[in-house]
Amino acid sequence: MSTTTAMTTPAEGGAVREAAAEPQSLRAGKKDWRGWLFVGPFVVLFALFLVWPMIHGLYLSFTGESLTGANGQLIGFDNYAEAFSDPVMWHSLWNTVWFTVLSTIPLVVVALGLALLVHQVPGQWFWRLSFFMPYLLASTVVAQFWIWMYNPQLGLVNDFLGNFGVEPIAWLQDESWAMISVVVTTLWWTIGFNFLLYLAAIQNIPEQQFEAAALDGASRIKQAFRITIPQLWPTTVLVLILQVLASLKVFDQIYMMTNGGPAGATRPIVQYVFEVGFTGYRFGYASAISYIFFALIVLVSLVQFRITNRRNG
Amino acid sequence: MSTSTLTRGDRQAPARKPSRLRESLFPGERMLAPSRLLALVLLIVLALAWIVPFLWAFATSLKSEASAAASASWIPEDGFRWDAYSSVLSEGNIPLWAWNSLFTSTVITLITVAISALAAYGFSRIDFQGRRWLFFVIIASLVIPPQVLIVPLFYQMLTLHLVDTYWGIILPQVIAPAMVFILKKFFDQVPIELEDAARIDGASRFRIFWSVVLPLSRPILAAVSIFVFIAAWNNFLWPFIVTSDSSLMTLPVGLQTVKSAYGLQYAQNMASAMLAALPLIIVFLFFQRQIVKGISTTGFGGQ
Repeated sequence: MSTTTAMTTPAEGGAVREAAAEPQSLRAGKKDWRGWLFVGPFVVLFALFLVWPMIHGLYLSFTGESLTGANGQLIGFDNYAEAFSDPVMWHSLWNTVWFTVLSTIPLVVVALGLALLVHQVPGQWFWRLSFFMPYLLASTVVAQFWIWMYNPQLGLVNDFLGNFGVEPIAWLQDESWAMISVVVTTLWWTIGFNFLLYLAAIQNIPEQQFEAAALDGASRIKQAFRITIPQLWPTTVLVLILQVLASLKVFDQIYMMTNGGPAGATRPIVQYVFEVGFTGYRFGYASAISYIFFALIVLVSLVQFRITNRRNG
Repeated sequence: MSTSTLTRGDRQAPARKPSRLRESLFPGERMLAPSRLLALVLLIVLALAWIVPFLWAFATSLKSEASAAASASWIPEDGFRWDAYSSVLSEGNIPLWAWNSLFTSTVITLITVAISALAAYGFSRIDFQGRRWLFFVIIASLVIPPQVLIVPLFYQMLTLHLVDTYWGIILPQVIAPAMVFILKKFFDQVPIELEDAARIDGASRFRIFWSVVLPLSRPILAAVSIFVFIAAWNNFLWPFIVTSDSSLMTLPVGLQTVKSAYGLQYAQNMASAMLAALPLIIVFLFFQRQIVKGISTTGFGGQ
């Protein structure tokens, strides 16, 4: 997923709010231009390799630019008009949203469940190792492991299900199973991150609360539902925000495991950008699709920002 | 969501209190409480499910190609062997790609940490013209997914003649606004009194940063470096786009491109995947504490 991208971010919402606040340690006084010497190197690279491509991409999206020699002239909103009437674009956008829904729910719920369970038993380092390790693997490695697991004739998944009399399934080639299979792989790969966030949060809940509940005779399951889960709400919000944004950016594992197939059934929007831009070399059109994807991310971020801001009053 | 969940620095991260169960673990009967036993059984099953893909890949990598292609049994009839590893290492480009990954990831980490720490210190301690809007722009840029930039970045690399070069792989990956943010939060918490003594002695800003603030920041710098390194090591999309010359590819990109070349050689496929996984498994075993703590106190590091 996502793990792929160079770098992302703790919740943007909180960060933006922080930006407005003065750091306590800053001594008020005269402006000191030498600050630019410190931020300079970062700002130059930031301007060159982030701000400039962002602006240039917007410009490209209004041109017919391509490597195949077509015109680089401004063509107004033609690319956007084409995108909005392009069924493949809509299908890819839908796949992205559908993947996000299918992956976010188990990635939050199962991570919470795992953390609740691990909190009850000894040997934390072992559980952390088991559930978190896959998170550190490159997407290529994860894809190789799972293509092999899902192999229709020789894979472990069909071999295991065969014990229960299930006929072999072509997990990655079957339209009704391909997306589910990719989601399962993603769950295996990335759950460790959410799991660690939950585990840390549980360990921060004051001990006395459990002791009081235990004295009242509350069972462990009751304790979980009455005390732990409500107290974890801020963590759940954080995990949800990060997970939705990460899932929307999915590309690697789908590209490697199904190449977007069968028949485009799993192709995410990032892969469509990649195909238009780097196999068709239509830079203008690919930029327009990029910006539609960006608009989706901004929209989701704004919604998240509004919701969390209201909650914090 | 509370911002503090995210940004609370090491300072506030409580020393892990001994968890309840460690105290009450061996007074026999309590450990056998049915709910706890059930939790344990459930976890063992789940952990097995999580470990099996590793073991299965490892087992396959130790088979001969013939027995890997014959059946899904764990124990091959013709025994385990290291053949797949030796042929992958001798015929393929894996050592070269591993070197490329190591080199680019190291340079990316050094540059990223250096420029991010400098910038974070500037934002934290020096009130210069334009500081506030500049910081706002950098934080706002967190919303930009790197995937949005691939087309114009590639175009830029074409014009700069950086396609199929190390710098083409490296430069776009050194900008990490999240790291600037995290480091600034940390520097904000370093008491300014510590710097005053040095200032009275006439030390320059940079001198103070270098010899007073940086040494205090070792833990957070280590955490940031580890995360930047892992992200760079694993990054697929950008190196995949900017390299087509096989001798410049990073390990993940190289593996993806030869996957089809290996065709049906399952054992070699798994051997190369295991080799690619190995460095990060080692990194994790060495830095488990920093990684876990980094994620749980700042919520950064990936996704």
